[in-house]
Amino acid sequence: MNKKFPISLHFVLTFIGLAVMLYMIFLYAPEEMTMGEVQRIFYVHVACAWPALMGFIIIFFSSIVYLWKRTQYADELAHTTAEVGFIFCTCVLVTGPLWAKPAWGVWWAWDARLTLTFLLWLLYIAYLMLRSYLVNPGRAANLCAVVGIIGFVDVLIDYMAIRWWRTQHPQPVVLGGPDSGLDPRMLATLLVSVCVFTILFFLLVRIRLRLAGIRRELSEIRHVLAFKHSED
Amino acid sequence: MSSLRIIWNILIKDLRVEWRNRETLASMCVFGLLIVFLFNFAFETAREETLRLLPSVLWVAIAFAGVLGFNRSFASERENACLEGMTLAPVDPSTIFVGKMLANLIFLGIAEVVMVFAATLWFNVSFLPALGQLLLIAFFGTLGYAALGTIFGAIAANTRMREVMLTVLQFPIAFWILMLSIDSTGNALRGNPQGNWIGGIARVAGISVVFTVASYLLFEYVLEE
Amino acid sequence: MAPQDRNAKPVLEVRNVTKFFGDLAALKEVSLGIRCGETALLYGPNGAGKTTLLRMLASLARPSCGEILFDGKNIEHDGARAKAAIGFVSHATFLYGELTVRENLKFFGSLFGLSQLEKKIDGALEMFDMSSRQDVFARDLSRGLQQRASLARAFLHDPDFVILDEPFTGLDHQSVEKLENLLHRLPDQGKALLFSTHDFEQGAALAKRLIALKAGRVRYNGPLDIAPFESLGIVRSNGQDSNE
Repeated sequence: MNKKFPISLHFVLTFIGLAVMLYMIFLYAPEEMTMGEVQRIFYVHVACAWPALMGFIIIFFSSIVYLWKRTQYADELAHTTAEVGFIFCTCVLVTGPLWAKPAWGVWWAWDARLTLTFLLWLLYIAYLMLRSYLVNPGRAANLCAVVGIIGFVDVLIDYMAIRWWRTQHPQPVVLGGPDSGLDPRMLATLLVSVCVFTILFFLLVRIRLRLAGIRRELSEIRHVLAFKHSED
Repeated sequence: MSSLRIIWNILIKDLRVEWRNRETLASMCVFGLLIVFLFNFAFETAREETLRLLPSVLWVAIAFAGVLGFNRSFASERENACLEGMTLAPVDPSTIFVGKMLANLIFLGIAEVVMVFAATLWFNVSFLPALGQLLLIAFFGTLGYAALGTIFGAIAANTRMREVMLTVLQFPIAFWILMLSIDSTGNALRGNPQGNWIGGIARVAGISVVFTVASYLLFEYVLEE
Repeated sequence: MAPQDRNAKPVLEVRNVTKFFGDLAALKEVSLGIRCGETALLYGPNGAGKTTLLRMLASLARPSCGEILFDGKNIEHDGARAKAAIGFVSHATFLYGELTVRENLKFFGSLFGLSQLEKKIDGALEMFDMSSRQDVFARDLSRGLQQRASLARAFLHDPDFVILDEPFTGLDHQSVEKLENLLHRLPDQGKALLFSTHDFEQGAALAKRLIALKAGRVRYNGPLDIAPFESLGIVRSNGQDSNE
């Protein structure tokens, strides 16, 4: 993959995408009638939510692959995705209240989606904390994979349970369905920003993975040097 | 069956260790009582409010007391690497999980009885009219909570700041077990105004069983190095 | 349990095993085998990978690459027979402080599904002079006594392969002698002994074979008396058979 689609090209593509996205958000998309300018944060908000969720799906699958095949790459991928996914999830939580205050009149309302995002954020924190607190490197990958799998089972349960829980939440303002009356230009902007943020997500994952690879090489070199040294 | 005997032996071992020092149960009960007491004093509730608040108070107390107990449960295993010692024997790792989980279930169950008894006194609420339902909710809620606590306790035993780590893992993932248990308990105490009490319990039971099975299947990877 | 053929192929075998801890390889492509009736000393500087190797043989850790075979079968897939045949002692005692020595043995014995457990416990306690202390809580024992209780636990199921990681740690003079006598008799009982110790002479007196580890690799694996001590960096004291 690296040969066909080098990281530098990915980088350039992401930047062009970001520029196009900014143009569409601020100049192309029309102003929303009731909420005004502030509604434009919605494109970032929703576009971040998708990679945040996708991050945990990737963690889940790479955890399973790790426990099954023991490939170190799967473990590294899970770790990397957790770090990047956590950033996107945090963005969702930051942009959410900024939009909610003018739109709903409150900074924070425990509506279904916000609750889900917050639980997802807590899962990311738990996963990353576990990564950094583990003392036995021989067990680290296994334990994180177990938490990655149970965490994803929890994400699925969250999606079911939120419907059972005191079910009087309002339908989300936009994206309610075909009748929600979303302007086609708004829809186009939304789709573009979701795509661009997904590309950005994978770029960050790749950069972080390359760093992990370099670190591993470095420690191998160090170990070989230490070994040579002990020969003398 | 030999694996049943092994589960039994592990359970008896945990009960015997606990009988000797009584550390786990004592700390769980005292901690739970304190939480119930603090909320009782802080709220000074009227009758209708009590029925709304009490389930939350009880399950929050159970949640915290549980985390305390799960940590203790693996403190004795960690001290001389006994958990590892068990894997020297030709036993299936999942039997170790079941043995430890049953011990945790029993300890948390006893602590719950103590907390509920105190709540009966202090909040002046009788649990007897809905006892059957409440027992079911308590059983399934505690089962899922203890299953997660057992696998996360074993995981947290490998980390620095174990107590914090266990809490950070346990609370977000056991979130719906607690919330739905609170919901069902409230409904049962209010005499099921919405009628359908089985649905609520079935949801708690469903989630608990899913987590219990997942923990059971994954436990062998926790023990592996 | 049956008398072993000395010329049979190695029964506990390590094949091309590499073990990573995170990015660090603690063992690199290690291959060796131990057969019943053999006594082997595992020797090397700190951090050479001795403990890792012994833990993997006791199936407490699994190799990152390569395989460990017991009687020709990979212990990862078919571990029960290997575990029943291996007795392992490490720095961790595997004892519950809140249980008495006898209760500890009973618990571990029950995990092995041993028949006539009480009799076997009596035997194991006798072997390490722990009979008089069998009802003492493990946490009240000194380090040396805990080590003896741990040894009794390892010998409880009459293992064919005795794997000891620094078994003499904390033992008093008398217990060391007693343990040495016991270990001396193992080959005649058709059992294999693989152990590590930091005191080379003490180990050399017990073992016929030397496995020297350094930086995660096997540097020598063969008869102890013809080992190239100098190139292995082992300095021998004059009295080759002295124990102290």
